[in-house]
Amino acid sequence: MSDRVSIIGIGFTSLKRSTPHQSFKELMFEAAQKAYRDAGVQASEIDSFVTCAEDLNEGLSIFDEYTPDQLGAARKPMHTLTQDGLHGIADAVMQIRAGIAATVAVEAHSKASNILTPDWLLDYAMDPIFNRPLGFDPHALAALEMNLFLNESGIGFDHCAEVVVKNRANALANPVAAYPLDMTSTSVNSSPYFAYPLREAEMARHADGAVVVVLANQAIKSRAKPVWVLGAGFANDSGTVESRDWRKAVYAEIAAKQAYRQASIKDPREIDFFEVDDTYAYKELQHLIAVGLYAEPAQAARALESGETQTGGKTPVNVSGGALGMGLALEAAGLYRIVELVLQIRGQAGPRQLSRVKIGLAQSWRGVPTTSGAVVILGSE
Amino acid sequence: MARRRVAVIGAGMTKFMRRALETPKELAWMAARAALESAEMKLDQIDCVVSGSAPDAFDGLHMKGEYLSDGCGAWKKPYLRCYVGGGTGVYAVAQAWFHVASGLFDTALVVCEEKMSSCLPHPQAAFLTIFDPITEQPLKPNLLWIFALEQTRYMQTYGIALEDIARVSVKNKRNALGHPAAQLGADLTVKDVLASEVMAWPVHRLMVSPTSDGAAAVILAGEETARRISDRPVWIQGVGWCLDSAYWTNRDLAYPEYLEKAAWMAYRMAGIREPRREINIAEPYDPFAYKELHHLEGLQLAPRGQAPKLLADGVFDRNGDLPVTPSGGLLGVGNPIAAAGTMKICELFWQLRGEAGARQVPGKPERGVAQAWGDLMQVGTVVVLGTKEPL
Repeated sequence: MSDRVSIIGIGFTSLKRSTPHQSFKELMFEAAQKAYRDAGVQASEIDSFVTCAEDLNEGLSIFDEYTPDQLGAARKPMHTLTQDGLHGIADAVMQIRAGIAATVAVEAHSKASNILTPDWLLDYAMDPIFNRPLGFDPHALAALEMNLFLNESGIGFDHCAEVVVKNRANALANPVAAYPLDMTSTSVNSSPYFAYPLREAEMARHADGAVVVVLANQAIKSRAKPVWVLGAGFANDSGTVESRDWRKAVYAEIAAKQAYRQASIKDPREIDFFEVDDTYAYKELQHLIAVGLYAEPAQAARALESGETQTGGKTPVNVSGGALGMGLALEAAGLYRIVELVLQIRGQAGPRQLSRVKIGLAQSWRGVPTTSGAVVILGSE
Repeated sequence: MARRRVAVIGAGMTKFMRRALETPKELAWMAARAALESAEMKLDQIDCVVSGSAPDAFDGLHMKGEYLSDGCGAWKKPYLRCYVGGGTGVYAVAQAWFHVASGLFDTALVVCEEKMSSCLPHPQAAFLTIFDPITEQPLKPNLLWIFALEQTRYMQTYGIALEDIARVSVKNKRNALGHPAAQLGADLTVKDVLASEVMAWPVHRLMVSPTSDGAAAVILAGEETARRISDRPVWIQGVGWCLDSAYWTNRDLAYPEYLEKAAWMAYRMAGIREPRREINIAEPYDPFAYKELHHLEGLQLAPRGQAPKLLADGVFDRNGDLPVTPSGGLLGVGNPIAAAGTMKICELFWQLRGEAGARQVPGKPERGVAQAWGDLMQVGTVVVLGTKEPL
């Protein structure tokens, strides 16, 4: 059985705060053209297509309708997942392993600038009976979780601020990033509270962009250096706010275990670099603990203090700039992490190129109020 | 390449009707639990969950898949919500098929749920937002209008009479009388159907499926587990899906080519060369009466334009040569969009195991095909089930 799946092409647009000059179809088209060229394939040679999108983010019901034409996927097997792009990668891996497709293109995009009232829209993700009538901004859930996380872990406000400083500085070396900034923890700590203890500077802001990733089975030779999918896991904790474990990111733990098992990774320290969700600054630390890089919260704090997770450190985290530095690209957030992994492993990351990286891990979370996460591990061998 | 065989080992559904008392999560869990009980399994034995539900706008829920996750039984489990509009109910089973066939999971629970009644005054309003915002929405189209266009094109191309279409409603609503979960079973005549009010010419009220609330679920397992847990697994022999262009105005609506492609994808996998001889039961998607005929042609179960004649000859009756929609379909059982497609998979499961009670088709059927359709008259999803282990 052809178990090995590789990424043979990636295409992406630069992330922008808004893209009034391009429709979502044009963003998708640009990313698809670049990905197919990178892979050295024609759209007609691709067996199956996957888009990751949510109706209400698009402002269109049954968004699946509008996906095929700009990808060259009309009259082909194609479906939508209302999930992060990393779930799309897992989906493609399963299609290829099941032998139903030799090549699969996964697309995700963000046209967040079209959403005039994103927080109000997010309110519609709250349980309509138990939570929505309470009338609070859903980001407050993150603030509550952050308060509990900091209280129980001993991680401080300054550590969260350091995550923001690191990621936004990393974004300075990433031409794709929408929010690069050289800042200090003092300036983070002086930004206003959105909801105590979460400060506005600790929240990733939306950006527009599109990514297409082409995956293939081992029989297909790629033009660029192949990057192998070593593991792909995904999981949900409880969809109900009242019945989940608020102390840790259970979804990321389960997804990571699944991915490690597939990749035969015993110790997460075998992984050279990480691209994890940092929708809110504290989430980067919580997710690094969940994927097992640090056994104790104190270790995560010490690693941050010692610069271990900096670009030049022992285990770089979010070299791309993360969601804080690149911008949060809705369902495409995970695929921008895949882009970073592929560029680093291929040695095409330019000024932020890490030396001798062979294995990287990408992790996603779909934001409040969800407990939906996915983990993908890529490697050069 | 050795592909892992996958079987359906359990199925369950709720009654389709207006269900004001249950939340979407509760509906999803009612169906999930019924499927687990039918397979004599516990939720702990389920490795992953696939859910399906059509537009989020019905429930006014953003990220509806995330909301539904624990209702579907996906608490601390791998979970995906897949989506191809109306085609979702059958596609979700294809999605779960490759979850298990890939070897990454051994068992999968598929739950499709829809609650349309919370969309007031009528879910038709939510459908306005499926159209292109620039070229179509200003015309204020609705589903009845565009399907009236397609039905007219189909009738005109092949010279089909309205009576021929009405017979589908008569057959399906009568078949539904034997379905304990049905919403609109009825004993009608062609005259009754044609006497019902015109919604948008040539679509009459009794040619349209109702809006419904409900959920349906099935459980899939890899071959070793399927044989161990179930004494009568129903094997998934083939899956296929195909999405056509969004520009539906540029296509000839007389024949669904995307469905022909999806069907052959599934038939090739199942080793079927002559669908009309090798398939014993069909459950094509019938949200509108003409669609059943249209889809039978796309599924290669009738020559183009000939399905109405075969129907009139009784070929598609429950005791006919090729029983079609023995469940009662969307016209009879009801149409909670994604759940309706999975209901068709449930029906094949029960028929192929000889457990369909009053609806049982005679002659120990060995193979059936279920199909759904969706988006802008654009997507075909096909699953072939059979009592024999796949190739």
